[in-house]
Amino acid sequence: MKVQARKQPFLKEFTITTLIKIAGYSAILFVVMIFLFLLLEGLPALRQVALDSLLSDRWYPVEDHFGILPLLGGSLLITLGATLIAVPFGIGTAVFLSEIAPRWLREILKPLVEVLGGLPSVVLGFLGMLVLSPYLRVLLDLPTGLSALAGAVLLGGIAIPTVVSVAEDALDAVPKSYRDASLAMGATEWQTIWRVTLPAASSGVLTAIMLGVGRAIGETMTVMMVTGNAPVLPRGLRDFLSPARTMTATIAAEMGEVANGSTHYHVLFLIGILLFLISLVVNVIASAVVFRQKKRQDRILS
Amino acid sequence: MLPEPFHHIIFVMKTRWLAIILLFCMLIAQSSCAGHASPSAEKSTHLGTIENKGSDTIVNLALAWAEEYQTIHPEVHLSVTGGGSGTGIAALINGTVDIANASRQIKEEERESALANGTEPVEFIIARDAIAVIVHLDNPVDYLTLEQISDIYSGKISNWLEVGGEDRPIVRLSRETNSGTHVYFLEKVIRLGEKENTTLFSRDTLLLPSSEGISAEIRQNPNAIGYDGLGYVTEEMKVIGVATAPGGDYIFPSQATVNSGEYPIARDLYMYTNGQPEGMIADYLAWILSPDAQSIVTELGFVPIKQ
Repeated sequence: MKVQARKQPFLKEFTITTLIKIAGYSAILFVVMIFLFLLLEGLPALRQVALDSLLSDRWYPVEDHFGILPLLGGSLLITLGATLIAVPFGIGTAVFLSEIAPRWLREILKPLVEVLGGLPSVVLGFLGMLVLSPYLRVLLDLPTGLSALAGAVLLGGIAIPTVVSVAEDALDAVPKSYRDASLAMGATEWQTIWRVTLPAASSGVLTAIMLGVGRAIGETMTVMMVTGNAPVLPRGLRDFLSPARTMTATIAAEMGEVANGSTHYHVLFLIGILLFLISLVVNVIASAVVFRQKKRQDRILS
Repeated sequence: MLPEPFHHIIFVMKTRWLAIILLFCMLIAQSSCAGHASPSAEKSTHLGTIENKGSDTIVNLALAWAEEYQTIHPEVHLSVTGGGSGTGIAALINGTVDIANASRQIKEEERESALANGTEPVEFIIARDAIAVIVHLDNPVDYLTLEQISDIYSGKISNWLEVGGEDRPIVRLSRETNSGTHVYFLEKVIRLGEKENTTLFSRDTLLLPSSEGISAEIRQNPNAIGYDGLGYVTEEMKVIGVATAPGGDYIFPSQATVNSGEYPIARDLYMYTNGQPEGMIADYLAWILSPDAQSIVTELGFVPIKQ
């Protein structure tokens, strides 16, 4: 009896830990399998299309022009724009929610921001197509409002809830004693926020920014609806005001009707690999910075 | 500090999934409202199923036909799907469909691979489609020649002033490259039907994923020029009269001008079967070519074939 009583919890514990382990490893397994699949489908493109053709500035797959630079440039341009919008607004909102807003306001605002994050991107795309882009055209006197700028504004909007949510949690986790110490030494509230709270939460804030960037670069539906999808290689910041085509929109628009196993099909997967690598790099940089800062913080605090 | 933020990501993700699931529910509800192609309960009375797949241009027409035909012949079950002309023809070659819809003629390579696979595609012209060139209502330009349209889309003309309009930049709108309409417009208009011509769309042509995208932009942007099937043209945009050569008559697209061959940007829509159709497939195709079925063509904004 006694033995069984001891065995029972052990068995339970064992099953649960195994299940959790499997769940944890499966995430890695899935990522590896997805990457292998992408490689398998995408790498043949490198054999079928000459490298200088892939690096040309003309994307027109109907006639076998497979230059992916305009798409890469479009994605980077729009993501850059979205980051420039999402970071100040997102972190500003997070600081306001965590440091300045009274409790009742915060209880209302935070769920609202999170609901914003749950808006389907098609809906935002519709708003962009019917409201934002006509407005931008008239406001800035552009030939057309369907431009990289419209995409960047909407993607910024999509990334803001992610940035706010994560950055606010990071700020919230800074011990109250830090702020008290700073205020006690005569610092103003702004000085406390800028010099003490934000630096103390910097790794969380950085994670927030990176997650926001990741959200922006992978977004598809909205950009497809508002950026005009013209594969023009951006050559400067002025191209914010002209149409652009992203990698995600290209895959989404063309995958549906491409013949399985054709060159075009493989090139689309190659673009998928590129997207995968970009988000991998963003994540690796984020965790490297976070890791380094943690070590520095540990040194200072210990 | 790290684990806590992830609560909220999960929350964000949950709401997003909820939204997606809701959207799916709506879509499913909608498609079951439309009621076609749903596997019906009285299967015993069915003679058989006709699988019909292909062009997105034709899919609405094919659905309307299928719906009508099934009320007359409840013993025949029709299943209609889109996916594009190429997809439909590929499915016919692989023998997974009985009828392929195509907004373009079958290519030589496709015919060869079909023959190699033991299928012999037989062509039926089932309707015609005019492609209208459209601009904003306030645009003073009423007429263009084919060559002017070609020059506009290839990037040689970039200001409305050059074709008799106001001093405004031209914003070119097109459907995505996977659309049969896009390919037709490239061959017939931009390359003026010349085989050796390798002119392409100007790089800065906006490629919009839907007809709605094109009409939304045309409605509000006086700089824009676009093209789309006649069935998609509404009162809120202006249709341009097109002349084949400078000095020729400017013709507006309509049923009459398409059938008389005067309007230059019109194409046939096709269905392909595997070998000469027999039995219920032959009956169905015969019905499609009948006046009853062709009146549905008119309702949907396409042009019926000459009787």
